Amino acid sequence: MIGPPKFARDLSELPDHAFSHRSLTWWGVIGFMVIEGTAFALAVAAYFFLMSQEQHWAPPPIRPPGLIAGSLFTLVLLLSEIPNTMVKRAADAMDVEGVRRLLPWMVAIGAPLLVLRGFEFNSLNVLWYSNAYGSIIWALLLMHTTHIGTDWVDTAVLWLLVRTPHGESPRRLVDTDENALYWRFVWLTWIPIYLLIYWVPRLFR
Amino acid sequence: MKAPNKARGRAAGKERVLRDGPGLTGPELADRLEATWSRPKDLFGWLGTVDHKEIGRRYIITALVFLALGGLLALHMRLQLMFPDNDMMGPGLFNETFTMHGTTMMFLFAVPVMQGVQIYLTPIMIGTRAMAFPRLTAFSFYMYLFGGLFLWTAHFLRFGPDNGWFSYVPLAGPEYGIGKRADVWAQTVTFTEVAALAVAVTLVATILKQRAPGMTLARMPIFVWATLVTSLMVIFSMPAVALVSSLLLSDRLVGTQFFNPAEHGDPLLWQHLFWFFGHPEVYIIFLPATGFVSEIVSTFSRRSLFGYPIVVLSLISTGILAFGLWVHHMFATGLPRVGYSFYTAASMAVSIPTGLQIFCWIATIWDGRPRLQVPMLYVVAFIVTFVIGGLSGVMIAAVPLDLQLHDTYFIVAHFHYVLIGGSVFPLLGAITYWYPKFTGRLMSERLGKISFWTIFLGFQLAFFPMHIAGLMGMPRRVYTYPAGMGLEIPNLLSSIGSGVVAVAVLLFVVNMVMSFAGGRRAGPDPWDAPSLEWATDSPPPWYNFAHIPVVDSRTPLWDARGKFPVVHGLRVDDRELLLTSVISAAPDVREPSAVPSVWPFVAAVAVAITFISSVFSPWGLVFGAVPAGIALIAWFWPKTPGPAPEPQIT
Repeated sequence: MIGPPKFARDLSELPDHAFSHRSLTWWGVIGFMVIEGTAFALAVAAYFFLMSQEQHWAPPPIRPPGLIAGSLFTLVLLLSEIPNTMVKRAADAMDVEGVRRLLPWMVAIGAPLLVLRGFEFNSLNVLWYSNAYGSIIWALLLMHTTHIGTDWVDTAVLWLLVRTPHGESPRRLVDTDENALYWRFVWLTWIPIYLLIYWVPRLFR
Repeated sequence: MKAPNKARGRAAGKERVLRDGPGLTGPELADRLEATWSRPKDLFGWLGTVDHKEIGRRYIITALVFLALGGLLALHMRLQLMFPDNDMMGPGLFNETFTMHGTTMMFLFAVPVMQGVQIYLTPIMIGTRAMAFPRLTAFSFYMYLFGGLFLWTAHFLRFGPDNGWFSYVPLAGPEYGIGKRADVWAQTVTFTEVAALAVAVTLVATILKQRAPGMTLARMPIFVWATLVTSLMVIFSMPAVALVSSLLLSDRLVGTQFFNPAEHGDPLLWQHLFWFFGHPEVYIIFLPATGFVSEIVSTFSRRSLFGYPIVVLSLISTGILAFGLWVHHMFATGLPRVGYSFYTAASMAVSIPTGLQIFCWIATIWDGRPRLQVPMLYVVAFIVTFVIGGLSGVMIAAVPLDLQLHDTYFIVAHFHYVLIGGSVFPLLGAITYWYPKFTGRLMSERLGKISFWTIFLGFQLAFFPMHIAGLMGMPRRVYTYPAGMGLEIPNLLSSIGSGVVAVAVLLFVVNMVMSFAGGRRAGPDPWDAPSLEWATDSPPPWYNFAHIPVVDSRTPLWDARGKFPVVHGLRVDDRELLLTSVISAAPDVREPSAVPSVWPFVAAVAVAITFISSVFSPWGLVFGAVPAGIALIAWFWPKTPGPAPEPQIT
């Protein structure tokens, strides 16, 4: 180091953890959200690009996807924000016991979601190799399924971790907080995809 | 990324925490920080390193190896084109060679080498001890390395890609792209995208949250600004190529119809998504180079950069405009009239901010006391060469001329002027400039000047005649040309020039190697430079700075009179970083930083197996996800028995 140091300020009193944009974890999560959000936005652009090749959307004789599984999935996904908000608030309030109690609910919700998603694939009324319409519908649904799947595993691992003594570390509460933030991103991205898969093919038929 | 710290557990039993400060400074502090921040010297320590300097160095060296390989391919092509009607190479091998050359140079050299320098320099330029997510940085390097090895292994086994570096469908699609060549290309791209995106997120977080106290956004070194802008560009552009290469793979592997017009897909979808990435890519390579130039110009003119706000705004506006140009790569596909006008205007507009930057550099040199040492020579070569390349770019932004010159050697000349002149010249200057920081020794000035003049003149000889060949109608990507069309002289000159460039690069490497062994020893600041990386030793210690510096100007080293202001109170027995606020860089939080771990390496191996097996079967993705998931969980899971609260000072 050049020159002797001139001590300006003692920082030992600063906190050793922080939530939201004050923590590095938040910036990492936001970064990956932007990346995935961009990928979704471009997939949506590809959807409309391919739609412009068709006279009708969904192209006859293909029927638009059945509504039941997808709408039920949407309903459960939106309702999952209730326990998600509760987990996030518990983490923000440094309530370790609350987090330990509530996280299993978020893990449990993943199972019906994935089952419903299976029914969704079954109700698309088109296969991925039939034509470009089928390809892009499947691609959107598959991309979002990866989202649900990875976050489900993520949440399950976090739940196992907070049950151990590690859960008492403030850093794990920050992780829980950011995991809940990511879940919001998962359901927010679903809303336009739900409309594109289930409703646009009905409106432009 | 969310790793705990082994040292936290170790410190639990102590009565008080060791912190740097007036009571702990000098050699004792250095020893203790060394113990905390160094890594084990065994193989696991080597594979598990999270040190940004080590990872940055590995990135740079690996990228330079790929540069050499890509250069050998170029020499091979120039030998083939040296004479008309040459049959040294057949068309098939030529196709594979130019594809490998472009793919290697763009994905395995240009982007990674810039990110490698950014990984090395950013933390020491902003005054912090580590990258934001050190294990993610380590993971990214292995992904990049495995991607490069995969591509080149395929090439050696004679199934390397052969559809050009932008792999257009339908040539690369299932109808015409038989075999696995196009899949290898697509999956190589996936490897490099994962790596580049991981680094970009890490750099953004590092720059926004870990700057030294007082280093407001308005005091950041220009190179750090360039790094921030390019990292954001990576984040917004690379998902496009990741998406489109996945669509190509799925068309080829599972029979989707994205690019098949018979089933109402569209090959132009490929071009749109590819160039939505591909055009910003050019600026992702170019903007870090302008950052090098700003730093070098300022140091060697002994004057703070003229028009700092203009240069910053130029970087930002180039970054934004770069996303509005991609269609100019598609002029020849047929567009609506308004599309032609818009993209022509946008393509011309992007030259304005770059022009402003050039005027700011010239003003800095004009108003300063310039020293024409080797890094500065590269800057001058950059300005001359890039202006020529930029102007030929403005020429082909005009649609009628573009339609005439599309896919000719004029385009080859243009982008080599822009990419080599705009990026490789500043890079060579930057390597010379920061070499003492990387190694502790200066490169030979004499040998440096010889290699500089050889490469500068050799480059002009190699690439200027390509303009002529292109104007005379020579298409790019042809393996030979007939005699008697006037193409002999330009091609002969280009081939001789490429040989001269090869000699020059060899001289540069010889200089690097000789200087590493016996170059003049450099102190912390051999160039009398103004930015923070020169405040620490050359090469920097594991922990970068004994105390975190305080910054109150854009040129802290020039303005520090005698004593250097620092903050103190960070833990010494544990890896701890200082986080500061985004805009004003006010001290905010102390956060632990991850210790070395072999799991990022293991995760990269698992992901590599997944990617490579998916070239051969879609089930590779399904079955490969399991070990990859396990490795990622093991990476995240804390390795200490339990958390330890931070001990209180008693």
